[in-house]
Amino acid sequence: MSVAAPGLERIASAFAGHGKRAALMPYLMGGFPDVDASLAAGKAAADAGADLIELGIPFSDPLADGPVIHDAGTRALAAGATPHSVLRVCEKLSERLPVVLMVYTNVVLAAGPEAFALRAAAAGAAGLIVPDLPHDEAGEVRAACDAEGVALVPLVAPTSTDARVAEIGADARGFVYAVSLTGTTGERADLAAGLGGTVERIRGATDLPVAVGFGISTGEQARAVGEIADGVIVGSRVVRAAGEGGPEAVGRIVGELARALG
Amino acid sequence: MSSPPVERRFGPYGGRYVPETLVPALDQLEAEWLAARDDPAFTGELETLLRDYVGRPTPLYRARGLSKATGGEVYLKREDLLHTGSHKINNALGQALLTKRMGKPRVIAETGAGQHGVASATACTLLGLECVVYMGSEDIRRQHPNVQRMELLGATVVAVEAGARTLKEAVSAAIRDWVANVESTHYIIGSAVGPAPYPAMVRDLQRRIGDEARAQLLEVAGRLPDRVIACVGGGSNAIGSFVPFADDAAVELIGVEAAGEGLQTMRHSAPLTTGARGVLHGALSAVLQDEEGQILEAHSVSAGLDYPGVGPQHAHLRDTGRVRYVAVDDGEAVAAFRRTAELEGIVPALEPAHAIAWLLSNPIPGISLVTLSGRGDKDLAEVLGE
Repeated sequence: MSVAAPGLERIASAFAGHGKRAALMPYLMGGFPDVDASLAAGKAAADAGADLIELGIPFSDPLADGPVIHDAGTRALAAGATPHSVLRVCEKLSERLPVVLMVYTNVVLAAGPEAFALRAAAAGAAGLIVPDLPHDEAGEVRAACDAEGVALVPLVAPTSTDARVAEIGADARGFVYAVSLTGTTGERADLAAGLGGTVERIRGATDLPVAVGFGISTGEQARAVGEIADGVIVGSRVVRAAGEGGPEAVGRIVGELARALG
Repeated sequence: MSSPPVERRFGPYGGRYVPETLVPALDQLEAEWLAARDDPAFTGELETLLRDYVGRPTPLYRARGLSKATGGEVYLKREDLLHTGSHKINNALGQALLTKRMGKPRVIAETGAGQHGVASATACTLLGLECVVYMGSEDIRRQHPNVQRMELLGATVVAVEAGARTLKEAVSAAIRDWVANVESTHYIIGSAVGPAPYPAMVRDLQRRIGDEARAQLLEVAGRLPDRVIACVGGGSNAIGSFVPFADDAAVELIGVEAAGEGLQTMRHSAPLTTGARGVLHGALSAVLQDEEGQILEAHSVSAGLDYPGVGPQHAHLRDTGRVRYVAVDDGEAVAAFRRTAELEGIVPALEPAHAIAWLLSNPIPGISLVTLSGRGDKDLAEVLGE
């Protein structure tokens, strides 16, 4: 890792200083419903108590996403969103809070890992999540991110074996993203039964914060996750709000979640 | 028998670009496949079913009309005569047996033209497995008889409404189902694409096409062919045809992609000819994409070739120069479809009609081995309809 790692420091500070049960990280799709509205939604989320923002760069074939985020990405692309325009949103939002970009492998490879990491760092991104780049394939992108001080945040799934969790934890940067359930993103009525075990297994492999995402949509669920994890990621519910009610609705939902974690 | 490796990479191509949730299942699949293919109980059951149920070995037919028309000797490897009408059953049956071995009760599959869906539904019926087939709603409309066949066989056909509502979206929907149900479900992918170990495993299950043809040709002609020609969509019949000849340096290998409405139109399915390196559906390969990495929609008159990606081993074989990849457009393929019917009394599927079309446009002396990967009943409405 390079000596100057501003992204890692910003992420560490956000997890250390939120003053709640856990840090709150809403997910927003960049460019949805359009670029300006996604920026306004991000600002509303920051005003309402978000500690970090996960900002999606839309991709044509998002294999890890359920219908709400898939549809938001499709509509963002149809409205003309590009990696460049989403990075401009990142630049503005990063003045307020740490931004972790969520982007699929092919968008990173199309730019080239070094060029992509450079652009992300220039746009103030603190971290990068690539949901279809498992640990075994991540070396080149991680090296490129390390060189620019951007944290390549890995995901751990309920199906990950202990041996994999150990490897993933050893190479993690920023925090570890615990996938709460066996499935794609989307709202669920109940939290997955094995979630506590997954979080504990990750804690055995790294001292970095553990944030939980997938399937969390209500204040009650956020509060329950906040009891066991360091961060709570809420995606589809927030994206649905952005589509249905715009920045105001995003602010309202994020505010509810923040209060539930308070 | 020494076992060749189950490659995760072919040169730079291949890999496993999937959500972490699936990686342990891919590890399990790789281990099970390595064990199964060396287990006489497994290979014996597969061989018996391929012979008695599927109809292997398929004939090698010296095509009189096509030979005369091209000034050479043309041999057709008759995969069109197999149960369910195409080579897809070779792979579907092998993977369905593997599903039983893994103790998983449920199978998912994707399908474009419906051939792989029908093959998977058939294999699942035979072996008592639940089968769910994802199919784009546009393909459901175009290929309705195959939808009826799958439903008659007890499979559930799920319409996929995303994107262009064709094969690419069907694969994505199947992968999402797999992410959610990986512990109970095996995904029988229909071509030599996807994350490792699929490209190597599907190749191993399809290479009997080339193994049989090679032995048959040595017997009837006393020598190897001068060239082997096969159509390439995802590329499973082609890789199965080519690999047994890979070390025969004098045998030219020619893969024929779908040029659709023309390579200059962007309405085609020729990633090896025009695409850039990229990741689609879990593998690094040649992919139709824009400069920002968004995957483009493919187009071909043949639903089975209508796909913006291709198996990673093909990308490597292109780079090494061992296989030459060419492209044939919709009009040429339809003309070859009709010509083969007239000359041979054989109605080929539109997919292998691309391979025949290339040969008709490039008549060469010597022996040409063409893989006739499926029959064209499913395409009659598309070609004769309107």
